[in-house]
Amino acid sequence: MTRTRHSRSRSPDPEEDSKPTTSSSSSSGGGTAMRVIVPLQGVVQGRGGLVLGSVIPCALFYFLQLYLKRNRSRKPPPPSPSSSAEHLPEVPGLQRTLSRAHLSPRGPGGPAHVSGRVNAILRSGDSPDSVGEKKYLEDTYDERSNPDGVIQLGLAENKVGLDLVRNWMVENGRGVMLGDELSISGITNYQPFDGLMELKVAVAKFMSQAVEGAVSFNPSQIVLTTGASAAIEMLSFCIADAGNAFLVPTPYNPSFDCDLKWRSGVEIIPAPCRSADGFSLSVTALDRAFSQAKKRGVKVRGIVISNPSDPVGSLPNREALYSLLDFATEKNIHIICNEVFVGSTHGEGFLSMAEVAESEDFDRSRVHIVYSLSEDLSLVGFNVGVVYSFNQNVVAAAKKLVRFSSISSPTQRVLVSLLTDTRFTQNFIRISRERLRKMCMGFIEGLKQLGIECMTGSGGSYCWADMSGLIRSYSEKGELELWDKLLNTAKIKVTPGSICHCIEPGWFRFCFTALTDKDVPLVMERLQKVAETCKSRS
Amino acid sequence: MRLVVPLQGIVQGRGGLIIGSLIPCALIYFLRLHLKRHRSPSDRADLPRSGSRPYRSTRGSLAPARVSSRAESIARPDKSPYYVGLDRVSRDPFDEVDNPVGIIQLGLAENRLCLDLIEEWLCENLNGAMIGHGGDKDHLGIGGIVEYQPLDGLMELKGAMASFMTQVLGRGISFDPSRIVLTAGATPAVEILCFCLADPGNAFIVPAPYYPGFDRDMTWRTGVELIPAHCRSADNFIPSISALDQAFNQARKRGKRVRGILISNPSNPMGKLLPRETIHNLLHFAQEKNIHIISDEIFAGSIHGNEEFVSLAEILDAGEFDKNRVHIVYGLSKDLSLAGFRVGVIYSYNDDVLAAAKKLTRFSSVSAPTQRLLISLLSDTSFIERYLETNRKRIREMYDLFVGGIKELGVKYVESSGGLYCWVDMSGLIRSYSEKGELELWDKLLNVAKVNATPGSACHSIEPGWFRCCFSTLSKDNIPTVIARIRKVAEMR
Repeated sequence: MTRTRHSRSRSPDPEEDSKPTTSSSSSSGGGTAMRVIVPLQGVVQGRGGLVLGSVIPCALFYFLQLYLKRNRSRKPPPPSPSSSAEHLPEVPGLQRTLSRAHLSPRGPGGPAHVSGRVNAILRSGDSPDSVGEKKYLEDTYDERSNPDGVIQLGLAENKVGLDLVRNWMVENGRGVMLGDELSISGITNYQPFDGLMELKVAVAKFMSQAVEGAVSFNPSQIVLTTGASAAIEMLSFCIADAGNAFLVPTPYNPSFDCDLKWRSGVEIIPAPCRSADGFSLSVTALDRAFSQAKKRGVKVRGIVISNPSDPVGSLPNREALYSLLDFATEKNIHIICNEVFVGSTHGEGFLSMAEVAESEDFDRSRVHIVYSLSEDLSLVGFNVGVVYSFNQNVVAAAKKLVRFSSISSPTQRVLVSLLTDTRFTQNFIRISRERLRKMCMGFIEGLKQLGIECMTGSGGSYCWADMSGLIRSYSEKGELELWDKLLNTAKIKVTPGSICHCIEPGWFRFCFTALTDKDVPLVMERLQKVAETCKSRS
Repeated sequence: MRLVVPLQGIVQGRGGLIIGSLIPCALIYFLRLHLKRHRSPSDRADLPRSGSRPYRSTRGSLAPARVSSRAESIARPDKSPYYVGLDRVSRDPFDEVDNPVGIIQLGLAENRLCLDLIEEWLCENLNGAMIGHGGDKDHLGIGGIVEYQPLDGLMELKGAMASFMTQVLGRGISFDPSRIVLTAGATPAVEILCFCLADPGNAFIVPAPYYPGFDRDMTWRTGVELIPAHCRSADNFIPSISALDQAFNQARKRGKRVRGILISNPSNPMGKLLPRETIHNLLHFAQEKNIHIISDEIFAGSIHGNEEFVSLAEILDAGEFDKNRVHIVYGLSKDLSLAGFRVGVIYSYNDDVLAAAKKLTRFSSVSAPTQRLLISLLSDTSFIERYLETNRKRIREMYDLFVGGIKELGVKYVESSGGLYCWVDMSGLIRSYSEKGELELWDKLLNVAKVNATPGSACHSIEPGWFRCCFSTLSKDNIPTVIARIRKVAEMR
């Protein structure tokens, strides 16, 4: 009885589940039920002892609990009622589809179902970000051919050093890929999936250069992937199991929602930071999020942060990073530090997590760094990401998992040539930082004249602006109304704070690096129009 | 004391049945709750007794940071002879001049027969292909390779790929470029499809023997199980519906939900081309059970026999079957000898799968320089035609040579028409007719003869003694060496 009901329920492996329990439950028919009650009767009638009277019910209850637990253990922990509404959409639609599918007739003509997890991914298509992106692609701004088109300020695409890369490519011509003595088999044959050793050495050196030599990176701890997204996903797979969670200080880069959760089945627990603290990392918020997760029975496996922070653009100081690492050590969890914008820092004071981890007697094996050549080298299309981990097991697993995300060898060869040209890389970093700083100052100044204040950041190719003065109602709805107006009236595509999970409404991220100098006044003009209509109405 | 009192009441017959059982139950419940609360930050398996430790030691707790259990099992060294062999070769590869006693690679289906053609083309076209002609100030040139691109591939490349696939998979089929999703190799293409079609705990049926890499691609991260449907040498290793049905029912009995069938055509490791009739039967079967079919056709252009290759796409074009459940995997690693380029293709007839796969390519995209290069390469139709023809001719030559050598040894093999390998029956050479005997022979081949072949057990073959030997990494002059080395082992018996 128990057995059949059981195998139809959604426990994925009933064989394993039901075996131990059948001996205790299914073999017990009516007869055993009686036998159980008899000693109790004895107790009631004063003939049993204290021992029997308490041991038997205890044992019964224990087995009941054990049985319940066994049957439940394979499923992801159910969302508890305490989880707030914003968590609900995060639970993938997988639970329901499974049972559904059993009911569906298997006759011909029934549609072939896709998996539940993919259904959940497909449904995430209506976020403001993808709506904006669609609109932008349909109606892209171009100075000459479409001057009324949508201007892209939502994509952290660094174009400031594009001309430098172009010149290098033209100068170095064909030697770039094949080299002089290299044979063709170096690019056509199977190569190690985790990247060519030459490229790892070059990347390690470049990463050191980007932090001005403060840390020396070890090439054998590097795994190269197709972009930072793949690197983050791989770490998510390696550190957490399905149903576990990561703490992420908000506001955070919306792409974390895809990279950390989609396929790995891991949950994100936001730790809200506030504008009053300059959105800086707060261990108190992390601690609160951690305890909440614990209460819900969700196991936290790590913290994920961006440094420089994205979307805010601030740089956590030494103190903050130390206390973060202390917190992780205390809770025995991992830290993933996303440092893709290192080379785009334009102020002082960037401190890599690698430096902090190496500086004192920390257990480094919990620290993992994600790096990317896309943002810093203006090489977005190359799509090269880096996992740099101090944990041997993670490196070993990542090296095997990278079979799903390995970089094609022509690209690797080009990068080896590019990165080993130290004169070029040094020059590039210097010039691009200088240009970024200028652009950032210009953009912030422009916003200020419109009465919009920005967080003063010194990293990243974006700024984080407080437009709460322009929204009609101080809520997410008000914010999205303004976002909609910016997109459809002013034709500017920006990132609203709500999709970065910012708890204070009215904040927006502007990525300015895709603009030319000429575009900035145009953006300001368009913004001003919106600002005026908003103000005149209020 | 107060706790004991009600129990005493029971003992003395004054309590009721309810109190007598409820109280102890409540007691043990609270005890367990208490224990659980105090233990919850650490999984029992993870850090027993460490709960209080890290609190005291400020920096540098002694508790190690554990990785996820899935990563742990992945990180463990491989025991599969397929990977052990590959690893051994990479440490001691055969080279006629530098290392004549090294291990000869027969375990990797990599095509090195036509590299000269590719090299010739690259030398002529490389510059123009990647950054536009002559490096003029045309901003499209470099911008095209460094800016954000659609992650599922440039439309131009999809167009070129569609016509290339028509050339390879069947002249009569027209492939729709908008149904193509490009990935970083066929490996992620298979994995992405698996993510799209099955949930953790579901299963796929795979006609066995099958390519050992499927175990990694289909199960590692997806949590999906592969159920082999055994094909027999008596049936010439053509998958039979009864075997599939048996596997399906077995899975059912175990409470596993089967979401699809995964086939390779030409089959890997046997090199057989699926007959038209078998494909019909497979499609009927899938329709009847309402499951998907993934067809891995990555060797479609590497045909050396006289049989005709029939793609699943061709059968579908006839319109008899529901297309929504069919997904084709292709790639350039084998047919165009570009394994290092990491370019795979998902061609799906299902709109939901396409939409999801496009999103999932954010983790496995092809980088733009490679895409640019391939657009030029694939659009050069006269080169492609010449290449495909030469490639087929050379594979056939190698196959004939290799098979000739095998015959000389008096060893049987399966007559095949596709793939870069030969499926050889060495059961006459094994000491005991079992997996153990097979692995002994494999070990002898690897360590004594210094030849790395893939044993059938790594491919989930139920008949012991079969080996997959890939011949496309060799040159013609190597064949006598390989045969001589195998002969040494054969004569040892």
